[in-house]
Amino acid sequence: MTTYYSKDHEWIAVDGDTATIGITSYAQEQLGDVVYVELPEAGKALSQGDEAAVVESVKAASEVYAPIDGEVVEANNALVDEPAKVNEDPEGAAWFIKMTVGNSDQLSDLMDEAAYKAYVETL
Amino acid sequence: MSMNTQGRPTAAGDVGESFRPKTFTGNRGLDMEEPLIFEFGSLETTGVDLDEDESAEFELGSFKRTAEIGLPGLAEPEAMRHYVRLSRNNYAIDSGLYPLGSCTMKHNPRLNEKMARLPGFADIHPLQPVSSVPGALELIDALAHWLMVSTNTSAVAMSPKAGAHGELCGMMAIKAAHTAAGRDPKIVLVPESAHGTNPATAALLGYKVVNIDAKDDGTVDLEALKKTIAEHEGNIAGIMLTNPNTCGLFEREVKQIADLIHKADAYFYCDGANFNAIVGKARPGDLGVDAMHINLHKTFSTPHGGGGPGSGPVVLSERLAPFAPLPFIRKTDKGLELVETEAATKDSEQPFGRMTAFHGQMGMYVRALSYMMSHGSDGLRQASEDAVLNANYVRVGLQDLMSLPFGERPCMHEVLFDDSFLKDTGVTTLDFAKAMIDEGYHPMTMYFPLVVHGAMLIEPTESESRAALDLFIATMRDLVMSAKRGETERFSGAPYLAPRRRLDETGAARKPVLKWTEPAPAEVTPAAAE
Repeated sequence: MTTYYSKDHEWIAVDGDTATIGITSYAQEQLGDVVYVELPEAGKALSQGDEAAVVESVKAASEVYAPIDGEVVEANNALVDEPAKVNEDPEGAAWFIKMTVGNSDQLSDLMDEAAYKAYVETL
Repeated sequence: MSMNTQGRPTAAGDVGESFRPKTFTGNRGLDMEEPLIFEFGSLETTGVDLDEDESAEFELGSFKRTAEIGLPGLAEPEAMRHYVRLSRNNYAIDSGLYPLGSCTMKHNPRLNEKMARLPGFADIHPLQPVSSVPGALELIDALAHWLMVSTNTSAVAMSPKAGAHGELCGMMAIKAAHTAAGRDPKIVLVPESAHGTNPATAALLGYKVVNIDAKDDGTVDLEALKKTIAEHEGNIAGIMLTNPNTCGLFEREVKQIADLIHKADAYFYCDGANFNAIVGKARPGDLGVDAMHINLHKTFSTPHGGGGPGSGPVVLSERLAPFAPLPFIRKTDKGLELVETEAATKDSEQPFGRMTAFHGQMGMYVRALSYMMSHGSDGLRQASEDAVLNANYVRVGLQDLMSLPFGERPCMHEVLFDDSFLKDTGVTTLDFAKAMIDEGYHPMTMYFPLVVHGAMLIEPTESESRAALDLFIATMRDLVMSAKRGETERFSGAPYLAPRRRLDETGAARKPVLKWTEPAPAEVTPAAAE
């Protein structure tokens, strides 16, 4: 399993032809207390850059973008009832969606962990 | 000689200045803890003592109430005291400086109130015959005239209820103009420095919002705009720009922006929320604006922000004028006519529809015209000049201690600071704002605009005297110094001295309590019952 990162602060863990997507620890820190999460239905087709989910904190409402093309396989509906999980375990239990990897070439647009860390340093 | 030796003491006993008694009621003198009306009113009583009329028959059939309505009954003095006490916990422009950026919380002259209460204006009903209210029509027409004169525009839609409603009206006129020309563009451009309601308005009308970046100086990036226009050629409905923008800066290239937009067959919507900075100095029509709402409740001083309704008339350029919504006033040889229906329109009038059931906020119209006429054009110009001068006075008074994101250039009617001066102090913009409450000030706008980190947007308005500004600046300087000295306690739990301490915003969002429910009755133990 390889994890990639986007400039919009999503992480994407690819395991074969399935990818798990969430927001990074840096993102949850910037957002502050998350109070609301809206997730897509399974089966929804997403293109790279499409709005996949919405996350709202006491400070701001933000979109979570699909880092690659694919179809939503499963949404982590536990987040809807317990949005606080996004603050507690953003890069683990609080994943947002699982989706198919429609075009693995798009993964090369993303960063690895070291590159993402370096990117966050510049912000 | 007779003498009363039982005289009352003429000085306080020797307990020291800092002693505070613990009171039986929990009140602190006139600072009272006010319960909810449900908590002290009784469901069983009523303030009116009338016998039930047993001879009356119920005539509403199935509408007969089957359960108790659950409203507490109060005597008139109880009801009055409740609301007067609550009002004392309120902060208003009538009680102090209210520097909320982009809100223009200026003084509302009492003359406006006196005019609005004239029975001829206050007592009219929106459904009474038009022939019985020629004075009201004349007043609306006079106000419309001066709004058009001060903006150099050709028409004005008076009915929108406030700013965002005005935006919707202006954008609907733009959409109608495109439709009339057989066009159906899908995109609205919104610069980063625009008001947050701008993209929301465009989205509500089904447009796709395309963002235009700001330059390092906080104004629209003209090159980015050109590139975006080229990218979406033929598909742009218009641009929504706020000028002066939400960074408190005047968009100097506004005319070039307007020309680029017009060349692309698109329209220029200007958010007029910040019109208070330029009244009598610049006319939006001259800058190429096609539609702009004017917040009467900000620029023309009618009470707002919990204290009254808004009113957001929209001025329209010659190109958009035919599409102004119903109802509107038409001038004829016989006087003023109120055009209420499409059937009554002429060929040159193509209203896009109607936005409100009636004609707008009459009370606001009276107040706004009263404000305009009592100031005159020179007075309005001076008000704008003083608003800009006051904001710059605050800027210069604080810029060495706080941080200006766009350098020490003059601002318009509001000054924007970012939070870099708080770096490493452990104090955030929110903490800072809450500490201002302890000092007796309403905080400035915070965390907006989004283009600036930890934004603090201060708009003092022209209402404040130099002495009031000096005290405000001195207070802010003291707070900054305190944060820099590491006195984080003053901030981290603030406000300490307000009727309520820091509210739990997260808890309120995650588990909102939207309805009062009666607490379960306390269990009575046998011992207590005896």
